[in-house]
Amino acid sequence: MSGLQIENRIWDTVETLPRERLRVLQTERLRSCVRQASQIPFYREALSRLGVDADTISGPEDVRRLPITTKEDLRQYYPLDLLAVPREKLVRIHGSSGTTGKPTFVAYTAEDLNLWTELCARFLVAGGLRPKHTVHIAFGYGLFTGGFGLHQGVERVGAAIVPAAAGNTVRQILLLKDLDADVLICTPSYALNIAEVARAEGITPADWSLKYGHFGGEPWTEDMRLRIEQEMGILAFNNYGLSEIIGPGVSGECAARRGMHLAEDHFIVECLNPDTLEPVAEGEQGELVITTLTKQAMPLLRYRTRDIASIDTSPCPCGRTFARMSRVVGRTDDMLIIRGVNVFPSQIEEALLRVDGTAPHYLIEVDRPGTLDRVTVKVELRPQDFSDRMREMQALRARIDREIHAITGIRVNVELVEPNSLERFVGKSRRVIDHRKGT
Amino acid sequence: MKIQQLSLFLENKPRALRVPTRILAEAGISILTMSLADTEQFGILRLIVPDAQRAKGILEKAGAVVNVTEVVAVEVPDRAGGLDGVLAVIEKESLNVEYVYSFTARKGDRAVLVFRFDDPDKALRLLAAHGVAVVTELDGFLTPGT
Repeated sequence: MSGLQIENRIWDTVETLPRERLRVLQTERLRSCVRQASQIPFYREALSRLGVDADTISGPEDVRRLPITTKEDLRQYYPLDLLAVPREKLVRIHGSSGTTGKPTFVAYTAEDLNLWTELCARFLVAGGLRPKHTVHIAFGYGLFTGGFGLHQGVERVGAAIVPAAAGNTVRQILLLKDLDADVLICTPSYALNIAEVARAEGITPADWSLKYGHFGGEPWTEDMRLRIEQEMGILAFNNYGLSEIIGPGVSGECAARRGMHLAEDHFIVECLNPDTLEPVAEGEQGELVITTLTKQAMPLLRYRTRDIASIDTSPCPCGRTFARMSRVVGRTDDMLIIRGVNVFPSQIEEALLRVDGTAPHYLIEVDRPGTLDRVTVKVELRPQDFSDRMREMQALRARIDREIHAITGIRVNVELVEPNSLERFVGKSRRVIDHRKGT
Repeated sequence: MKIQQLSLFLENKPRALRVPTRILAEAGISILTMSLADTEQFGILRLIVPDAQRAKGILEKAGAVVNVTEVVAVEVPDRAGGLDGVLAVIEKESLNVEYVYSFTARKGDRAVLVFRFDDPDKALRLLAAHGVAVVTELDGFLTPGT
């Protein structure tokens, strides 16, 4: 087993299912998934319009006959009008940023929650987690799927959890150091921030007992992996997921760390040209479009993730047969990921609308001066809002900041600028300038 | 009498202050006094000029964000305790002062302070009642040739 960084352990034997048998499993499950989706009027109508009957599905390729689902569809059926089960069957509701002020919800039955837990356990074990370990989770516990998803997975493996949650870096450092955590779970940029703050306090994170890190929630690069590994003296693993599909657990790296194994027994993941929606050649970059095969509460057919990556089905030295996806290299929409939080420019626009009733001209600038993302929202001051009183001007800024925080959940730096000072674009306006390198 | 003050919004960027001063210079408008309130994010430039409405029109035409506010220019005896005496009146009458700055030029043996009151009319009335002198016209501050 060359190319493996750590002892290879497989959580579930299904991960090594020969691909021919995987096809059979996917075909069976695709049929039952279509039946399950037919419980939802939205899909029943779309399937009948396209003439798709579960019984006519003869292979995983038939996924291409199914209707496409977009984030807009989820928004249209807000809050929970895409349920395939009665409401009383739900045991959990999570959410992610919508494109406007309202979040997008995702609901779980007990079965869904168990699946999610298993999928997180899978990639955690692939990336070194053992029952004897202590795991420090510095993800937010809340509507965001990162905290609870990983928590459940670690619990399933049987390791000890320090549910540190997000924020208060100085306290995180104390816990990491004094509780001898073996594994760190957070966003990659927050891992670097912890290391930076520790160093500023005269502490060397590489001296801690940390061995592994599982990082996700935002795109990152091999350079960042190298930096985190050096700073913390650990092996860093990448994982991927999105709340609409299930949360983290859609894919994760094994010991070979050459791409993230997709949980193909539960998802069919297509890689499509975002303009034509035709499949790209294997290994080429395209938009990931995911069909959930086994989800009960909210099955999704061909959900456009807007994430750009490539897929590799060649054999992996770890023995898993499931295809591997590359890092996410970009988006096909204007969504930004700020300190792990999904933010859409349209949300900022809605916040500004709430402040003064009109949508002023604005520009979002993102950079990463140290290890954490910084967002500056430049807003053109309207002459009627100008006052010679400083406190009124400060109150205006504070009001804008508050509305943006209320809608997006992130704090930004609001900068008032002169009217007509921001560039005007004909047609689709460019509202975002992202200075972050390599994300 | 109330005096009209120009307030200008300034972005926090190099040469921001120079933009309005150049516009006024080109229009031959003299600045009698000024004050700059700044934050990390932006600034508010307050100016006293001979004809505030005309200056406002010129600045706005050039794209500036300007408003005109009424302020009170108070004459303060230029000696120890001069300012304190005026502030004692303001305190006694519970007049709310937003901000204050001074004229560079003096009026005879007096310094002149610009007060931005919440309610300038009420302030004028009460200051007068206490015998505090206020500037009634700006001509005295114009040096010959302007």
